[in-house]
Amino acid sequence: MLTGLWQTLKSVFEKPVTISYPEEKRPVRPRFRGRHVLTRYENGLEKCIGCALCAAACPADAIFVEASENTDEQRYSPGERYASTYEINMLRCIYCGFCEDACPTEAIVLGDNYELSFTDRHQAIYTKDILLVPVPEGGKPTPQSVEPGKYDRAVPEMKDPAD
Amino acid sequence: MSKMVTLSIDGRSVTVPENTLVVDAAKMNGIDIPVFCYHPKMKPVGMCRMCLVEIGRPMIDRATNQPVLEDNGSPKIQFSPKLETSCTTPVSEGMVVLTRNDKVEAARKEIIEFILTSHPLDCPICDKGGECPLQNLTMRFGSKEGRFLFDEKMHLAKHVPLGELIWLDRERCIQCARCVRFQHDVVDDPVLDFHNRGRSLEIMTFSEPGFGSYFSGNTTDICPVGALTTADFRFGARPWEMKPAASLCAQCPVGCNLEYTVRREAKSGGATVIKRALPRQNESVNEIWICDKGRFGYHYTQDPARLGQPLVRRDGELVPVTFEEALKIIAEKAAHQPFQILAGGKLSTEDLAALRGLAQESGGKAWLHTYMSGGFTPHYGLSADANLGALGQGDAVLVAASDLHEEAPIWWLRVKQAAERGAALIVMNPRPTRLKKYARHVIRYAYGEESLAVAAMAEENLALAGEEIRAAAETLKSARNLVIFYGSEGLGLTGSKGLEQALADLLERGGFTGRENSGLIGVWHAPNLQAGFELGLPPAEGLADLPAGGVLYLAAADPAGDDPRQAAYFSGREFVIVQDLFLTESAKLADVVLPVLAYTEREGTFVSGERRLQRYYPALAARPGLKADFALTALIAKSLGYELEGRAASLALEKLAASQPAFEGLNYLKLAEVHEQWPQVGGSDLYYGGTSYANRQGLGKHLSRAAKPEPDAAPLREGIRDVPKNALRLVPHTRLYDAGSTFAPSRLLDQRRARRQLRIHPRSAEPLGLQQGSQALIELEGAPFTAEIVLDETIPGGTALYPRSLGVPMNAPFHAVVKPVFDKSAS
Ligand code: SF4
Ligand code: SF4
Ligand code: SF4
Ligand code: SF4
Ligand code: FES
Repeated sequence: MLTGLWQTLKSVFEKPVTISYPEEKRPVRPRFRGRHVLTRYENGLEKCIGCALCAAACPADAIFVEASENTDEQRYSPGERYASTYEINMLRCIYCGFCEDACPTEAIVLGDNYELSFTDRHQAIYTKDILLVPVPEGGKPTPQSVEPGKYDRAVPEMKDPAD
Repeated sequence: MSKMVTLSIDGRSVTVPENTLVVDAAKMNGIDIPVFCYHPKMKPVGMCRMCLVEIGRPMIDRATNQPVLEDNGSPKIQFSPKLETSCTTPVSEGMVVLTRNDKVEAARKEIIEFILTSHPLDCPICDKGGECPLQNLTMRFGSKEGRFLFDEKMHLAKHVPLGELIWLDRERCIQCARCVRFQHDVVDDPVLDFHNRGRSLEIMTFSEPGFGSYFSGNTTDICPVGALTTADFRFGARPWEMKPAASLCAQCPVGCNLEYTVRREAKSGGATVIKRALPRQNESVNEIWICDKGRFGYHYTQDPARLGQPLVRRDGELVPVTFEEALKIIAEKAAHQPFQILAGGKLSTEDLAALRGLAQESGGKAWLHTYMSGGFTPHYGLSADANLGALGQGDAVLVAASDLHEEAPIWWLRVKQAAERGAALIVMNPRPTRLKKYARHVIRYAYGEESLAVAAMAEENLALAGEEIRAAAETLKSARNLVIFYGSEGLGLTGSKGLEQALADLLERGGFTGRENSGLIGVWHAPNLQAGFELGLPPAEGLADLPAGGVLYLAAADPAGDDPRQAAYFSGREFVIVQDLFLTESAKLADVVLPVLAYTEREGTFVSGERRLQRYYPALAARPGLKADFALTALIAKSLGYELEGRAASLALEKLAASQPAFEGLNYLKLAEVHEQWPQVGGSDLYYGGTSYANRQGLGKHLSRAAKPEPDAAPLREGIRDVPKNALRLVPHTRLYDAGSTFAPSRLLDQRRARRQLRIHPRSAEPLGLQQGSQALIELEGAPFTAEIVLDETIPGGTALYPRSLGVPMNAPFHAVVKPVFDKSAS
């Protein structure tokens, strides 16, 4: 019993390993796979081109994409196609990151947010407006009206596809 | 049988008919040779070089003309120094073909690398991605890296409209010319062509509106890349996300086999909807083609205007009620009343049988809503293994009173092909049609005299007949088979009856009845009128023919919508029931309106004009609460104490097969039978035949010949011979893109939809003061209407042609005074 008490006493003076979440948060690891975000280019155009390859890659069938056509007056993304509907069911997602690997434009990225809690099933479906990141500084919100013919290529040239 | 040739492909000895191309010979024996430009339905051109193989032939000693033998006694094979294109090389005796050695593989790799030099990185957004021959072959044979500079890729226009239906992406085009050759050689609408040469080669369209062809959608199927896409589907979904369902086209009596592909859709509130229609192979019906009406015409089945709940008239208003309530009201009001039923030709065979059953049980009668007569077709029509694709040299085809290109495009194509194979085509029409070009004999007659012209051909005594009729009669004498198509140009029901009988008589006298590939085909205006005639339902142009009183029950028929004057016949009935997809004009006059499932949401069968009984399967789940027509009719019958089969369509057909000799032995299982077809399409063969689906759900079966009908005694001719002075004789004709309720919701075709035009010869127009493009008032008694004047020198004098299903309240010939409408604002 004495050894037990000694242990307790020792622990009292040790540095605590717990943190007082949610007031305090621990930074996530660089390769952490949290809730997804849909990214944008610097000018504000969405990177996602609605190709649904992420949905095809998803082993949990959590992603639903529906595409529509861009015009130069109403442009969401470069090229002809953009995602008019983009939904992820966070209850199905297993955070495997396959979608990120499948994406030809690096549009979908598993972010840092792991705080997902819902009170009903519908809330678990994240729609495009929740997933899209805010427009970067200097960019314009989508849809944009752009110079005709400027953004006719959907898939950007990637210098080093390995990164 | 043609001569057979034996050769070896990859060490396998195969025997194929003489003149077969090496690529086909391999395919027939399960060996795939990749192709891009070759298509089994078109002549080879050898443009892409994808099909290169190594070919060796037995060496011949020139001196002796004998094969040189190896030491072991086998013939010595001489391989040509270069690879040969297997799509342009016919087989020869003793040939040795190698499709899989290193030399061939290396060539394939290089060809693909070359094609990809200017191909964009579009797969993620390309509609073909996932079912793309170029993508598949690159994965299979291509190299991992290209040696060409990425920066030197061609950048071309990506969004070029070839008309409003088909879009072209110039970058993706690999210049295989399949689309161009299809338009020129297969369907004879040479509206596409190549412009420029070399790297600046591009596809152009010449017509106005662009890509003016009823078959344009097929080019998107056979294009081996995603260069051609339809405006209807563009970016609709990825191919792997959609579920296919076997169906039939419900726009005309050809009965083309289709595949609908369906997917959940956000803008439809998460409901599953049809995304596109693709052909399903049936070499005896539509081969691997469909027309654009069939491809784009399905939209009505998911139109928001469709009825979802029964309506009942209370205090003069139609109010929604439940099915139980509606049936209760029917049971009260319709008990012990005879049912007078008008049934439309868009119903399934089972629906028509149920309606006939209800009419019989209640002591009434069921009629078929049509302006065409077809009572002779069950006996004189096609049966057994008839196949229009087998008609050729020595056979004859007669097309009477029909512009097949407008009324049933795929039949037009089949007849054209028969003529090209050598069948003698006789075209009878008062004005020239698209088929004229392929006709051996063209017979002109005046509108109203069609049966006289046919009778003249059938008569032994041809002395009085014109030269063309005599020549045609001579052709028929030596014909092995005779297939007759008759349409409704210039005819109402009476004239149609006369023509039908005259044609049956022609078949009879020529001794064609009972021959395997001979018979009478009605070019109906609905997909399943044939079933109505098989069931012996008498035709009725409108409600005037139906006895007064009793319960009036309309199913898929809208007489008041066709002609407002028909409303008069709704009064004086005990009760009026209308069963339809939409709240039609007739439904607005009903006591009870019952909504039904669209044919895409249920099972059923159609009988094509060739008397082929074919099944369609549900593409979508049944809408909650709604029932198929036959099930609803059975429920009505039950509430009145009659017993009809309403549980399943298959049971309803079985019951029909037991009582109707022509359907004997047929059931849903039999209809689902398939056999191997050539060319093989679908599956991993996308690059070979295109995206047409393989047929795994049934090729259908012919009905057997029915008993001989009794001819009408009186000669039947359309009764407008004496046109009053000042009046014109107005005759109907059919246009493909009309405004009927099951086609109008396809808004994409609005630009091409026919307009309400009166075609008239300039000489007839002039004295009436009618000018090209001006509006005219047609003083039809009780329902005057206006139409745009089109001057057309091919229209016989004293006559004007009006289109059906475009708001003219008539379907038969009539006469009326036609006056110009003076635009008040202009003066
Ligand atoms: S997120 Fe990427 S993979 Fe998914 S649809 Fe958009 S572009 Fe395609
Ligand atoms: S045509 Fe085929 S290979 Fe070319 S972009 Fe489209 S899917 Fe990819
Ligand atoms: S559009 Fe398609 S079918 Fe036509 S030439 Fe180009 S690749 Fe061939
Ligand atoms: S020919 Fe007739 S059945 Fe065939 S697709 Fe066209 S409209 Fe449909
Ligand atoms: S050259 Fe033979 S398939 Fe193109």
